[in-house]
Amino acid sequence: MNLKPATLAQIDDVITHYPVKRSATLPLLHLIQEDVGHISDEAIPWVADKLGLQPINVYEVVTFYPMFRRQPIGRRHIKVCRTLSCALVGGYKTCEAFQQEFDTGLGEISPDGEVTVEFVECLASCGTAPVVLIDDDLHEKVDVAKAQQLSAQIKSEAAKRR
Amino acid sequence: MIASPKPDLVTVNIDGKEIAVPKGTNVIEAARLVNVDVPYYCYHPKLTIVGNCRMCLIEMGMPAVDPATKAPVMDPATGKQKVNWIPRPQIGCGTNVSPGLHVRTTTPMVREAREGVMEFLLINHPLDCPICYQAGECKLQEQATGYGRGYSRFVEEKNVKPKRTQLGPRVTLDDERCILCSRCIRFSKEIAKDDVLGFIDRGSYSTLTCYPGKQLENNYSLCTVDICPVGALTSTDFRFKMRVWFLKQTNSIDTESSVGANTVVWSREGVIYRITPRRNDAVNDTWMSDSARLLYKQVKADSRLQAIRVNGADSGLDMAVNAAATLCRAGSVAVVGSGRSSVEEQFLTKKFAAALQAPVFLVSRVGEGDRLLISADRNPNVRGALVTGLIRSLPAARLTELGAAIDAGRVKTVVSIGEDLVAAGLSAAQLSKVAVVYLGTHANPTSAAAKVLVPTLAVFERSGSFVNQQFRLQKFHQAVPGPPGATEDLVVLSRLATAVGAAVPAELGQLWKTIAAEIPALGTMTFANLPEAGLLLDATPYAALPFAEGETLHYKPASPAAA
Repeated sequence: MNLKPATLAQIDDVITHYPVKRSATLPLLHLIQEDVGHISDEAIPWVADKLGLQPINVYEVVTFYPMFRRQPIGRRHIKVCRTLSCALVGGYKTCEAFQQEFDTGLGEISPDGEVTVEFVECLASCGTAPVVLIDDDLHEKVDVAKAQQLSAQIKSEAAKRR
Repeated sequence: MIASPKPDLVTVNIDGKEIAVPKGTNVIEAARLVNVDVPYYCYHPKLTIVGNCRMCLIEMGMPAVDPATKAPVMDPATGKQKVNWIPRPQIGCGTNVSPGLHVRTTTPMVREAREGVMEFLLINHPLDCPICYQAGECKLQEQATGYGRGYSRFVEEKNVKPKRTQLGPRVTLDDERCILCSRCIRFSKEIAKDDVLGFIDRGSYSTLTCYPGKQLENNYSLCTVDICPVGALTSTDFRFKMRVWFLKQTNSIDTESSVGANTVVWSREGVIYRITPRRNDAVNDTWMSDSARLLYKQVKADSRLQAIRVNGADSGLDMAVNAAATLCRAGSVAVVGSGRSSVEEQFLTKKFAAALQAPVFLVSRVGEGDRLLISADRNPNVRGALVTGLIRSLPAARLTELGAAIDAGRVKTVVSIGEDLVAAGLSAAQLSKVAVVYLGTHANPTSAAAKVLVPTLAVFERSGSFVNQQFRLQKFHQAVPGPPGATEDLVVLSRLATAVGAAVPAELGQLWKTIAAEIPALGTMTFANLPEAGLLLDATPYAALPFAEGETLHYKPASPAAA
């Protein structure tokens, strides 16, 4: 497991917050996903070992929650809402726009490695639909034009980095 | 569970019947005592309670008391104390009895709850009972009949899941049939201590699986098949072999080790199809090892002995007994008895040896115990040899003493009751110096060298009793007839003993009269009145012996030396 020292320190700290180690399963998985981006095959036995569990106990938890990813994703995670309000005012078109901009399919890593576009359920901002969550930032009223604008922004940031 | 002499009893009322049950009993077990059936899937008396199947929903209530005065509230209509019924159903498995608890299992609410649970369980269950090997012993099938609504309202598509996952070398999983009761998961974790099973994904996609790269391969994996209430976990060996309702069930005892797990042998027309555990809360609970389930395969082995032979030529029982008796009357005889023989056979062996004043040897088989249901002593009945007086001290693993006696010329004839003398440490040279009389089931170097060879029966082909490590006398019954050419051990031994001057009967009922008369510890018993759950004998005369067993389920070695 190639975790950052800061993550390892957080992991050791969070385990002490619970009366039984097993309870730290979810926080540990979150920390690892934040650090590495996904829960790899080697992460499951690592967590189990850390908490004195069997790998199957952790595997059950990882597969139960859809927000734990088993595969790497792009540098940014674009989550487009598809629940009723957003769907009614063009959430699907927004999603298509993002996919076209980055030449990628749903749930895939874009060829430039910058993004993964996915549908999610309600982001609790129905009044400003359609909404999009890019990593931890909420973007409201994202029509096709705004989607293209956001994409351009991401691409220019990527260009700067190179 | 062994109840303490004075358990705290709690009086409860189930469907109008009052019963006093020990504290800590749950409603399912309490209802069982008054013959009220509470259906369930996930509950198992020997596993922790999770309450996830919801089948055992019952209605419960407590006697009403006035909140202010704590005085009982009486119902003027009946003159009895009023009962405050909880308006929602409760699970029976997770509800322990409390004083005055009232339970109803026949009300419309309970019936509707059961119908609802059954309907949800059947949503994604393939109704493939006609090709399902569990049919006939399937809880879902039984309870769909007993408590289901009788017709389906489900018009959607059923789930598709893997139909034949190999969970391990002996267990095949049909995921579509699984009702997610989690008994197998709890068994693996709590009893087998091999936590490899789990549910992945969720909702109707939930799938029982092993952790990738691991297998359900512990020696108790087939217990998960026993406790699976549906046909999801199946025995790779047994599946699709035979319909269970065609099979005859015979109570037997596991001969794998001195634990003496209680078993049921399932056979049809003289062929054994499977062996499953039989519940005995003092010995094996409801479990048995996988290895013991395979023992029936030796019944049909190619190496099975099927012809009586005297001096290398096919012969008959009369001639064989005469030949053996002639050899024995010449003197210098040694008898190698067996810790695999039944108590009755050991008694006859003793009578035979005593008539000849021959020394008796036994071969011990000591392996490693698994702390569960395989003990260190792999002979099922060494204690029987002690109780019957066949031996006074524990046997050695090698027949070194006998070998020395042969080399010294003090032994000219060896009578072996099923023990392979070569495997037990006699050299080929030593074996060639003596005349061997061999009673056994399978071919081995000793049977090949025997002057007189009488094929006998395997444990599934005869009746008798064993004394297990707890000094519990347990009986087993004949499940299938023996192969042609084989003679019952008791008959051969009785005829041998009679031929050398110690007349003893061969028939179990008659024989037990003799046994009871001669062995004070067994004085009050007959074979017929020996309970199926076994009878604990007094172990104190043998407390000083250094038995090989370590701790196993329901057994703690008495002396620290044996631990």
